[in-house]
Amino acid sequence: MTLRLEATRVALIGLLVLGAMPARQGLPADRSLLPDVVVLGPDTFVYRMPGDFSRAGKPADAPLRTVRIEHTLAIMRRQVSAAEYQRCVDAGACAPIAGLARQADRPVVGVSWRDAAAYAAWLSRATGAPWRLPTDEEWSFAAGSRFKDGVPPQGASGSDPGRRALALYDAAATARDDTVAEPQPIGTFGANEHGLVDLAGNVWEWTDSCFVRAMIEGNDEIRPTVVNCGIRIAAGRHRAYMPDFLGDGRSGGCSAGMQPSNLGFRLVRDDDSPRRERGFWAGIW
Amino acid sequence: MISRTIAFVSAAVTILLVAPAAAQDLNLPRQKIELVAPPFVHPHEQATEQGPKILEFTLVAEEKEMTIDDAGTKLQAMTFNGSIPGPLMVVHEGDYVELTLVNPAISTMPHNIDFHSATGALGGGQLTMVNPGEQVVLRWKATRTGVFVYHCAPGGPMIPLHVVSGMSGAVMVLPRDGLKDGAGNPLRYDRVYYIGENDFYIPRDAKGNFKSYPSLAESYPDMDEVMRKLTPTHVVFNGKVGALTGKNALTANVGETVLIVHSQANRDSRPHLIGGHGDYVWETGKFSNPPETNLETWFIRGGSAGAALYTFLQPGIYAYLTHNLIEAVELGATAHFKVEGAWNNDLMMQVKPPEATTASGELPAH
Repeated sequence: MTLRLEATRVALIGLLVLGAMPARQGLPADRSLLPDVVVLGPDTFVYRMPGDFSRAGKPADAPLRTVRIEHTLAIMRRQVSAAEYQRCVDAGACAPIAGLARQADRPVVGVSWRDAAAYAAWLSRATGAPWRLPTDEEWSFAAGSRFKDGVPPQGASGSDPGRRALALYDAAATARDDTVAEPQPIGTFGANEHGLVDLAGNVWEWTDSCFVRAMIEGNDEIRPTVVNCGIRIAAGRHRAYMPDFLGDGRSGGCSAGMQPSNLGFRLVRDDDSPRRERGFWAGIW
Repeated sequence: MISRTIAFVSAAVTILLVAPAAAQDLNLPRQKIELVAPPFVHPHEQATEQGPKILEFTLVAEEKEMTIDDAGTKLQAMTFNGSIPGPLMVVHEGDYVELTLVNPAISTMPHNIDFHSATGALGGGQLTMVNPGEQVVLRWKATRTGVFVYHCAPGGPMIPLHVVSGMSGAVMVLPRDGLKDGAGNPLRYDRVYYIGENDFYIPRDAKGNFKSYPSLAESYPDMDEVMRKLTPTHVVFNGKVGALTGKNALTANVGETVLIVHSQANRDSRPHLIGGHGDYVWETGKFSNPPETNLETWFIRGGSAGAALYTFLQPGIYAYLTHNLIEAVELGATAHFKVEGAWNNDLMMQVKPPEATTASGELPAH
């Protein structure tokens, strides 16, 4: 893979901002904070890559890749609740979020990627276990049938900017349903085949994956041209590329785009894979 | 119950007495028009070779709770025919509009209608006041061309209350020979959409959440207080944030000419089509004035309607919004057009896709 110097630097800056630090040794573990997890994998699945791709200077559909999740993945059964997040705020380790008290039984929303990363770091210290945000690849794997591809049907995409804009708009519009934007009690959106609840409900979930722009070469090799870890992927009914400091989902996208209704998160526990797992982009961000 | 029954009977008697008289004094053909809910408009001729007619419309004052945003915020709404805005009524200059205004017995308030396009009696407001369980028939002659607001105006503080609760719509009076540009050349449209803009004033509780109320009467005192601050909590097209986006986005094809009628019964607005223009715009909405051409943004004065004609040249997504972007994005006044067709590289193309900046484009290190 060829990498431009600038991209490498952006990636390095991104790495510095990463909030989830390894668990500190010696702190008493508070088991009451331990979230219920589902352990998945190792397994193989077909994955639509995130990011912005071009081929010969024209916009192109993101490639599909068969991905092997090499490690077991211990992922929270549900999203982090407002009550849980409040404990981190009370501990002085998380930024306060408006409306937490009113929605204690609901997923915390209005959190930025930085807030989510700070929560993961605090939970790791408080429980003595290494918690972090999932990568987009891990989230998509765990989401299973709840994963929305987001790529328009064959023939509707291509490089024509008008048809492409329409197809992407329709895909995003279809991915949303008429449910209210207000966060609902945990479990409202039901479980997927792995027993994980509320995936692709009305709360999008922060992942650790950075925005990547890449070119697809003539030999189908993928060459990243820009890696921006100031933009992270929020996974849900459709993928959203959000600045990491924003907690309001409506801030994503442009004037005619479809934006996440809410931003929240769930965490994974690094049992078998203490190394941050970045799949395809390992070594790039 | 007895009084309602009497009201129904008296309304029926009124019709029996009025209808024959109306038929006698005007020897014109009659046509009954079935109204449709906005953004759509009932079928009509743009230019007509027929002579003037009496066009019969019915509007029903419908009070009901409506949801006005994604968060489920409720408005104790008052509507014409159940939609916000009320339907667009299209006639030609010289036609007579004969409106039956029905106030169902289940209503809690008297209602009437003031047509800005009509002459006399407060636009018909004085002659159309109907209590719950009554109906009335008003006829007015369309003497001026253009798009005009109609709204409920029952008197005193009830006037703004009824308007900001949803009771407004628009009339389009077309010249008999259709629309013209400034040089007198005919202008035609392939589609027409009616966008009614509303400013809503929803009270909040001590925690800052929007309040809901079991009835209109109970919502009024709090809402009046919010209204008096003149700062709307919602500014929306067609009654709800997102009413004309996503699955409900407006549609057109490249090469089609679309007439957008935009009304605002209470407050100023600044329509703008992102990625397009106003080819011909009757900003003040009156077709006897030559349309302005090639506008970027136009102005709808509160209490008026305007019309913009545009031929789409490029496919894709367009946002039609008020270019007070805070109101458009934060408060809701945004619609989307989905336009199908072939892309024109001459009008626009991405010469190079985004890539990392070159060294010369970098800011100096600091």
